[in-house]
Amino acid sequence: MNGCTSPDKSTLPRLRWYVFDEPSGTFAEAAKHCSSASGGAYQIKLVPLPADADQQREQLVRRLAASDSDIDIIGMDVIWTAEFAQAGWILPWTADKAATARQGRLQPSILSATYQGRLWAAPFTANAQLLWYRKDRIEHPPRTWNEMIRMAEAFGEEGAVLAQGERYEGLTVFFTSLLASAGGSVLDETGRHVALAQRPTRQALAIMQRLADSPASDPALSTAREDQARLRFETGKAVFMINYPFVWPSANQNAPEVAVHMGWARWPGVTEDRPSRVAIGGINLGIGAYSRHPELAFRAATCLAGQAHQRMAAIRAGLPPTIEALYDAPEVRAKLPFADLLRATLKDAVQRPPTPLYNDISLAISRTLHPMKAIVPDRDIKRLRAAVRRALRSEGLL
Amino acid sequence: MNRQQRLGWWLCLPAVGAMLLVTAYPLAYAFWLSLYRYDLRFPEQRAFVGGANYASVLTSEVWWQALANTVLITAGSVMMELMLGFALALLMHRTLFARRTVRTAILVPYGIITVVAALAWKFAFDPTTGFINALLNLDQPWLNERWSAFCVIIATEVWKTTPFMALLLMAGLTLVPQDLLQAARVDGASRIQRFFQITLPLMKPAVAVALLFRTLDAFRIFDTVFVQTRGAHGTETVSIVAYHTLIARLNLGLGSAVSVLIFAGVSLIAIGFIKGFKAPLIHREDSQ
Repeated sequence: MNGCTSPDKSTLPRLRWYVFDEPSGTFAEAAKHCSSASGGAYQIKLVPLPADADQQREQLVRRLAASDSDIDIIGMDVIWTAEFAQAGWILPWTADKAATARQGRLQPSILSATYQGRLWAAPFTANAQLLWYRKDRIEHPPRTWNEMIRMAEAFGEEGAVLAQGERYEGLTVFFTSLLASAGGSVLDETGRHVALAQRPTRQALAIMQRLADSPASDPALSTAREDQARLRFETGKAVFMINYPFVWPSANQNAPEVAVHMGWARWPGVTEDRPSRVAIGGINLGIGAYSRHPELAFRAATCLAGQAHQRMAAIRAGLPPTIEALYDAPEVRAKLPFADLLRATLKDAVQRPPTPLYNDISLAISRTLHPMKAIVPDRDIKRLRAAVRRALRSEGLL
Repeated sequence: MNRQQRLGWWLCLPAVGAMLLVTAYPLAYAFWLSLYRYDLRFPEQRAFVGGANYASVLTSEVWWQALANTVLITAGSVMMELMLGFALALLMHRTLFARRTVRTAILVPYGIITVVAALAWKFAFDPTTGFINALLNLDQPWLNERWSAFCVIIATEVWKTTPFMALLLMAGLTLVPQDLLQAARVDGASRIQRFFQITLPLMKPAVAVALLFRTLDAFRIFDTVFVQTRGAHGTETVSIVAYHTLIARLNLGLGSAVSVLIFAGVSLIAIGFIKGFKAPLIHREDSQ
């Protein structure tokens, strides 16, 4: 009886989409929508991964290293591209498919899915940190870190600057953004050698040390992540916070009395004359190399990363789109009132080192620079260079 | 070898086979892997490197620091567990009423999953959500500094596994014949003399087993540290180093070398205990 009405769902090729567990359910809806739009070609099944990016990666790489054919579409953090591509765990996008996946996307998002000149994933969501501050306590947002720390110190106990200081990826993001804002980079252009030029590295380290040592810093800085900063800001006991846009809907929901006074500005710069550059985040959609239905998976990923679903993810989950035009869409701007600032920040965002050894490098950086309070800039430039060099050779313990 | 002995060997064979399969094979495989440069991200670069991985681990300050931390946590927690465990064992042994309730109550922490216990203690000591600071009227970010983080980790371990120690020691207490203690009392030995000169020497095998088990267990500590500090603030243990190398960095060669060294550490502890206590942990009939 089933056979004569509609195609039986159980016999359709089933594509599994491994992606982090997004609470608003827009991923599930996108999966449902693409499945029905395929006209019975495939059925996408969502497989939620843990919320923590490190745990997502650990689960995926263990399966991929064992050639798991169950993985069709992967929601890949932007920093995994080089590693997954180099190990042969994902499939490259051929020219015609890549053209669709690139269309209208922000350049840094495309770059985050590119390794050795090829596109390895469809840019799906972007992310970048902004400076959040209290409009009722200061007149205009600070332009540089030194200015901000001085302003915060004038407030004494109540003036905290909230940032991410725990020993984890967030600390590497913080350092990378500071370094790029000072005009430096971790690796050179080939991605095989350490750069970490003296002047910008010293400037970045000096700011980290100054912030951690300042009476205006959060006393729990060395165990603070994005979420701890958000919670603390929502109590109203801070003037400045470095964080991702998810804090905006959160504050509106949990602490409306703080949200009405919340202002946003570009991440502070290192020097007056150079605008800041922050590390780009977000997820791209890659195709598992051992997938049983790679062609269908490419079609499905293209559909999932399309404009309709990026719009939905932005409106319902507050995930910044990678399609530039969406930043002008009225319903997106209503949800993300800082859309222009976010787009401008994303447009000259910096990539974290695009190397298959990124994870090792990040471990080396966060280990060397934690706790920030103990940084001695002149000594730690050497330690940092040595640690990154060791990580690049994938030798020794980190 | 007579027929009966031969039959005995044949009957043992399945057990020997099973042991080889589940313990000897993984160990040998880990050792074999540790001689290779083998990174899952660069499978094509696999090559035999001999002892290079061991040299790399043993010359790394990360390893020695982690080893020192592990020894500190092990020694700190096992010593406190022994003292508290003895007190609890004596209590459980002596209790005349509600015996079963007392014993069950003491054993509850041991039944709780380590990760859950570690999280509970982490929350308790958290400066914003925890009750410890409110209780002690302090404003201490416990897990933000090395020594206070060690205190929280050791306290969690002690809370969690003292019941196990107490259980083993209580079994040892039942080994001490009551008439011996009675006789000593008649001879005028004080309570303390009776404990140190009769009870303790007779309990030596039980104490040795309890200490050995707990030391081996504590040396492999992972969950508590991982949940509470992720190894930051100088609380990293050797198991966390192995986890980082094997699971996060997918470096099978180097990670296996770390694992083999942890195994060597565990073996050294076991040998040290057996020699140090001079108590035959393996009962030999022919030596008596």
